[in-house]
Amino acid sequence: MNPHKITDDIYWVGAVDWSSRNFHGYSLSPLGTTYNNFLILDEKVTLVDTVMPHLRSQMMCNVDQVLNGRGIDYLVVNHLELDHAGCLPDVVEKYKPERIYTSPMGEKAMHGHFNAKDWPIEVVPTGSEVTIGKHTLHFIETRMLHWPDSMLTYIPEAKVAFCNDAFGQNIASSERWADEYDRYVLEHSMKEYYANIVLPYSPVVLKTLDALTSMNLDIQYLLPDHGLMFRGDDVGFALDKYLEYAQQKPKKKAVLVYDTMWKSTEKMASAIASGLADEGISVKIMSMKANHHSRVMTEVFDAAAVLVGSPTHNNGILPLMADMLTYMKGLRPQGKIGASFGSFGWSGECVKILNQWLEDMSFEVVGPPVKNKFVPDHDAFAQCYELGKTVAAAIKAKVEE
Amino acid sequence: MKYVCDVCGWVYDPALGDPESGVAPGTAFEDIPDDWSCPICGAPKDSFSPED
Repeated sequence: MNPHKITDDIYWVGAVDWSSRNFHGYSLSPLGTTYNNFLILDEKVTLVDTVMPHLRSQMMCNVDQVLNGRGIDYLVVNHLELDHAGCLPDVVEKYKPERIYTSPMGEKAMHGHFNAKDWPIEVVPTGSEVTIGKHTLHFIETRMLHWPDSMLTYIPEAKVAFCNDAFGQNIASSERWADEYDRYVLEHSMKEYYANIVLPYSPVVLKTLDALTSMNLDIQYLLPDHGLMFRGDDVGFALDKYLEYAQQKPKKKAVLVYDTMWKSTEKMASAIASGLADEGISVKIMSMKANHHSRVMTEVFDAAAVLVGSPTHNNGILPLMADMLTYMKGLRPQGKIGASFGSFGWSGECVKILNQWLEDMSFEVVGPPVKNKFVPDHDAFAQCYELGKTVAAAIKAKVEE
Repeated sequence: MKYVCDVCGWVYDPALGDPESGVAPGTAFEDIPDDWSCPICGAPKDSFSPED
């Protein structure tokens, strides 16, 4: 995709990855992704961030088109993760910038990633300002949103905020602006990105939104480093969405996530789901054999309850459920109701192990869990259905609080 | 006792202190000034919990 003019002097010069389906090896990106970075033409020409290394030629071509023979004086590195900083060595070598601005933690991460000892790094803690001509760069550290080095760069003269990974979505598109794109897909992708990347740092999101509000920044262009960008009224839309996400208010919704060997645990999931649905709860049944853990997490994110199921296997649980629970625990979902179920043949540790996971995640565990020997019969299904009703009652009590 | 940052997971080890922030090795977590913050993510002191 060619460069895109944002203001008279600020250009998108990023790269679109139409084929990527896996984001950093832990989350699916079914719509591909886009790496946004920016070039500011002023007395000091400034490049803000770079792109994923394998797309460097797309970015370099865009940068060269906009530069039209000029050089790059300053680099701003808002985040050191390699999908944004990975082309720094190429850019430094080609353009030999006078200064590289990054946060205090960014400096440490820069040395940790690159042979940067001879680079002209200047650390810019929160409150630092750099004038590049008619524009002024204001730096605001956004630690743990989502790495310690993360930083936001704001230009008051252009009402532009480069917000790095915050507000991003994994979408490959020819459109650059959210207001040009399908709204449902945009919102789903924002949620998917938040649930799988930003969620554990929700308390930091709330503090950062508070801080931005108190600074009273006038932002007309909110420019994340992934996906569609926000302008005009959409800036408020994106900020409101993050407030909503960070508050983690649950819906009347339950996710049943399970793995199964001989379909007994799967049948139990179906009976539990009926108990929930008959009480008016929206239910998603998600087999780990059919769903990647990131898809499950996107559904778990706004659910009030998560019911986890596995048969007992070698005195433990099935490995795909261990994968799911490890992933979920790391993302620290808050305020969930939990319950467990599973079949077994002889030893039957499954629900005890599953409940321990739920307790470790501080879920409100309701029950009793349903554990069934071999293939469930009518009585077992009745217990499953009752578990569904019990969880539904807990959801209603919580969501109507 | 070691304390862990609830935000980023960094562990405060009293034996090492946090010299960059002026906390000398051997300082118990309780004796760190209240305005100290996590050297990695900037979380305030009350965001730390005892390590299990």
